[in-house]
Amino acid sequence: MITPVILLSKDNMTVLREQDVVPFRNRVKEYAIKIRMGLVNQTKLITAASELARNMLKYANGGIVSIETIARGRESGIRLTFKDEGPGIADVNLALKDGFSTGKSLGLGLPGARRLASEFEINSEIGKGTKVMIIKWANG
Amino acid sequence: MAIQITKIFKKKKASILERWMQNQLAHVGLREDLISNDDLRADSSELIVTLLDTLNEKNLDDPDSSDFDPVVELLNSLSLSRARQGFSPRETGLFIIGLKEVLIGVLQEEIIDHKELADLSLKVHRLLDNFSISTFEAYIKGREEVILRQTDEIAEISTPVIRVWDGILALPIIGTLDSARTQVIMETLLTEIVESGSSIAILDISGVPTVDSLVAQHLLKTVSATRLMGAECIISGIRPEIAQTIVHLGIDLATIITKSTLASALQHAFKSLRLEVRQQRIDSVLSRVKPQ
Ligand SMILES: Nc1ncnc2c1ncn2[C@@H]1O[C@H](COP(=O)(O)OP(=O)(O)OP(=O)(O)O)[C@@H](O)[C@H]1O
Ligand SMILES: [Mg+2]
Repeated sequence: MITPVILLSKDNMTVLREQDVVPFRNRVKEYAIKIRMGLVNQTKLITAASELARNMLKYANGGIVSIETIARGRESGIRLTFKDEGPGIADVNLALKDGFSTGKSLGLGLPGARRLASEFEINSEIGKGTKVMIIKWANG
Repeated sequence: MAIQITKIFKKKKASILERWMQNQLAHVGLREDLISNDDLRADSSELIVTLLDTLNEKNLDDPDSSDFDPVVELLNSLSLSRARQGFSPRETGLFIIGLKEVLIGVLQEEIIDHKELADLSLKVHRLLDNFSISTFEAYIKGREEVILRQTDEIAEISTPVIRVWDGILALPIIGTLDSARTQVIMETLLTEIVESGSSIAILDISGVPTVDSLVAQHLLKTVSATRLMGAECIISGIRPEIAQTIVHLGIDLATIITKSTLASALQHAFKSLRLEVRQQRIDSVLSRVKPQ
């Protein structure tokens, strides 16, 4: 049987400019501290969040992130959903490969975020936008 | 016959300015420390003249009309300069709100018909409220400029290059490493390498809260630039949680010398310059202390 995920609290934040990234990261940190996430997991979550927020800025002119505290059974965690209305990603599997970048960058953001998070989901549609969801469990 | 509102205002122009000035001068929040009465009068008078020049019976109904561009421009520039001078939003907003009160007051004296008065007052309210809003927008823009300037200043003072030893530079980085900041750091570091003839630079990132791929890329760039100058670059202050995160992220720092603390980076630097730091031998210390 699958244990259901319960939503405990929710907050939305827009990331439209470079200057929005640091306040956004700080907000994620506050949420992580509230559920007593350890320092290592906190750092992993914040770094993944930073990557995804930056992608939204760089490739889609920004978007909205929802920050949620969730629980599943005895575990609590943070769920972040990044939504943008940018150009979308043509080949998601390719974009998830280490080193793939259309922006002359390291190409580590998406694959790195996937490794840093406990759970990772991406949906993208050309011309419509991209949605990335990650969960980090407090002890996961 | 419809009442000609512009005629009323033009006829009363001098009295409007006087009343508005009186209100402003009597106000407890008057910032005589920031603006002289003469300047205030000049600003006020210029605004009234510009407003009455553009206002006519047609555009009174249309606050968004481009006819009012000169008024909005003037208000925006006043508001911007007040934001920079340190006026509070309340003080800045009261300027235009005060004018509205005077104009409504004039209408009340001049128009007898209640319905007409209510109707025209509403229009004047709408128009001047619109001006108030653009005043606030300009004020906020002015404050944002102040903040941006301060950010630049902070970026500059927060990247000191320290000559820790002959030939060794240390650069403690505190805060977020964005592109602009990296540019400043790189420039100061490279200049200092040349000026001091140093051959080793230590970048300490203990004060950097998050190392994501962007920060890593900036660090890598700084290291390559340092190498091109013929100097070696060590990155120190990598906290355990950051180390684990970097590995998962997939960033390869294998080609760079990294140390967990500034002290161990310094030790490494001493070694490669073939310098030695030793504790003094006890007996030689004692022989100096002991009275002969
Ligand atoms: N939100 C998005 N909208 C559109 N395209 C995206 C989005 N996010 C990522 N991509 C595409 O996926 C590619 C891979 O993203 P990833 O974050 O892995 O690398 P990068 O941003 O290019 O480099 P890095 O993040 O390492 O600096 C990007 O180059 C871009 O083409
Ligand atoms: Mg990226």
